[in-house]
Amino acid sequence: MSKPEIIELRLYVAGQTVKSLAAFANLKRICETHLAGAYRIEVIDLRKTPALAAGDQILAVPTLVRRLPEPIKKIIGDLSNEERVLVGLDVQPAKP
Amino acid sequence: MNKKIDPPAIPGIPKAPTGITGLDEITGGGLPAGRPTLVCGSAGCGKTMLAMEFLVRGATQYGEPGVFMMFEESAADLTANVRSLGFDLDRLVKQKQIALDHVRIERSEIEETGEYDLEGLFIRLGHAIDSIGAKRVVLDTVEALFAGLPNHAILRAELRRLFGWLKDRGMTAIITGERGEGNAITRYGLEEYVADCVITLDHRVHEQISTRRLRVLKYRGSAHGTNEYPFLIGERGFSVLPITSLRLDHAAPTERLSTGVARLDEMLGGNGMFRGSSVLVSGSPGTGKSSLGAAFAEAACRRGERVVLFAYEESSAQVVRNMGSIGLDLAPLLKKGLLQIHASRPTLQGLEQHLLTIHDTVKAFRPAVVIIDPISNLTLERSEAEVKPTLMRLIDFFKQQQITTLFTSLTTGGSGTGTPEDSQVGVSSLMDTWLLLRNVEANGERNRMIFVLKSRGMAHSNQMREFVLSDAGIDLVDVYLGADGVLTGNARVAHAAHEHATAELRRRDHERNLLRLASRRKAIEAQIAALHAQGQAEEAEAKFTFAQDSWQETNTRQIGAAMVQRRSGGKTAEAKTKGKR
Repeated sequence: MSKPEIIELRLYVAGQTVKSLAAFANLKRICETHLAGAYRIEVIDLRKTPALAAGDQILAVPTLVRRLPEPIKKIIGDLSNEERVLVGLDVQPAKP
Repeated sequence: MNKKIDPPAIPGIPKAPTGITGLDEITGGGLPAGRPTLVCGSAGCGKTMLAMEFLVRGATQYGEPGVFMMFEESAADLTANVRSLGFDLDRLVKQKQIALDHVRIERSEIEETGEYDLEGLFIRLGHAIDSIGAKRVVLDTVEALFAGLPNHAILRAELRRLFGWLKDRGMTAIITGERGEGNAITRYGLEEYVADCVITLDHRVHEQISTRRLRVLKYRGSAHGTNEYPFLIGERGFSVLPITSLRLDHAAPTERLSTGVARLDEMLGGNGMFRGSSVLVSGSPGTGKSSLGAAFAEAACRRGERVVLFAYEESSAQVVRNMGSIGLDLAPLLKKGLLQIHASRPTLQGLEQHLLTIHDTVKAFRPAVVIIDPISNLTLERSEAEVKPTLMRLIDFFKQQQITTLFTSLTTGGSGTGTPEDSQVGVSSLMDTWLLLRNVEANGERNRMIFVLKSRGMAHSNQMREFVLSDAGIDLVDVYLGADGVLTGNARVAHAAHEHATAELRRRDHERNLLRLASRRKAIEAQIAALHAQGQAEEAEAKFTFAQDSWQETNTRQIGAAMVQRRSGGKTAEAKTKGKR
């Protein structure tokens, strides 16, 4: 695990709510800080594509799903706690 | 027990029929339409089955498609499980009658950080509802979320919102919940949010026999049965007993049926029992209860009626063989399809399950006569308080269908301290006719006696008869009531012979008396004749004397006259008198 592979992330939101906007902003920041260039984010608005909710077993929004690498990890909430997001994504924090 | 349930017709809150046998009767028409209902109970008590049947029946019978959102089982598991009830979920899903959504939540793969809500669940549910135009929703078991989501404060707020949302969308919903510890209805207090209707399910084991029970704990805005009702999960799904309604309004036919024993019919007012009545035949072992039942069955079949015999002691073949020994040939009746024998072990399943089997069989076969032999075996392990309402429902069911029923019942009290009557008090009050068979031990033999303890609506005999089983069938024989008490069996035969001899003697005595009388009459007649002759003789004598006297008188007068003439010189009178002499 020297060279981290690409992390594939999906952020499920339901409309442009305060929580979803906060979650997206937080995610963007965390990824830029710790996973620069090694991540891909896909945002799915369940209001537009409700059928996708079942596939990743989404209940809570916002939910961040790490689809790759396996196993699938989920983080629910607005991702305001950076440390817990990194734990949840199983990502080593980048040395400052 | 006989709490009257308001008929569904009364105005009140709109109700969505569940289609579940019995439940709609208890709730007076179904669950509150457009509102959530909480169904709770411990694990394995049938919550999921009830919810599933509600959905399937709604979709297939009432044109209300439904969404089943499960939190524990997978869709494949559920489909397999309910297939045993005859529900083909795959087909219903394909026809867009039912939508299944398995919400799986794995605590281990979820990290929580910051604010969130359960909008995802709402969207999923909303999507499922919209995709099939659902009117019904089941959430089974929403409590699983408590294990999956650490923040219970959010979860509770969201559940409250969810139930409100379901109501706003006009969904008739069932939310299932695990029973809580102690007195708690649900483990997580779901009843706080779902306040319209609460149904509890229970699964108890008593004396190794399990019984499921259902109770409507609460039904806002509607009358409902408040008792605990036994229920079953059978081949045709969920059934809450009462299978029939709790009303006491069945018809009372006046048609009479023969019991198959002519002399017994005679004891029952001369015509046998009423159609649609229930007959209890109780007695100690070996008194001929089953035989009487079989005779009744055979008589009904001979009239061309269909009969079901539920045998809980003997196998079908055994029944046929044993009844053959008293001249009842049941095999051809079985072959003709007029008679069905259902033999099973009473301990195979609980009383309610047996009743359901009886119920299903009766519905399918539509017999005119049902015989349950013996009912006491079904009720062995149960207290009277439990059994009586259940039997009442069964008897009610038969009466409503105008099926004549004969129950046999084994009594054990005969030899002990109690009388046989005592041991059957609970059940007997439900019966229209109660026949008691009893063994009477005297003179070194046991003989069977039959009594009619009661028979509603007919003049019935108060006498006991001897119940005789032979290869010619069943017969009742008058017993002898004498100074020595009741005579049966050989004593009766001996007594009959003795009476016969006495009668013969008496007859001869009579003849002799008659003869004697005849000869005496002849003697008297002779005497009369003699007296008569004597009378005639005496009369003749008297006449002679009279004639003599009158001649002498005449003579004297003539002599007197002649003397007068002679004195006067005439001759005529003298000549006349001389000529006459």
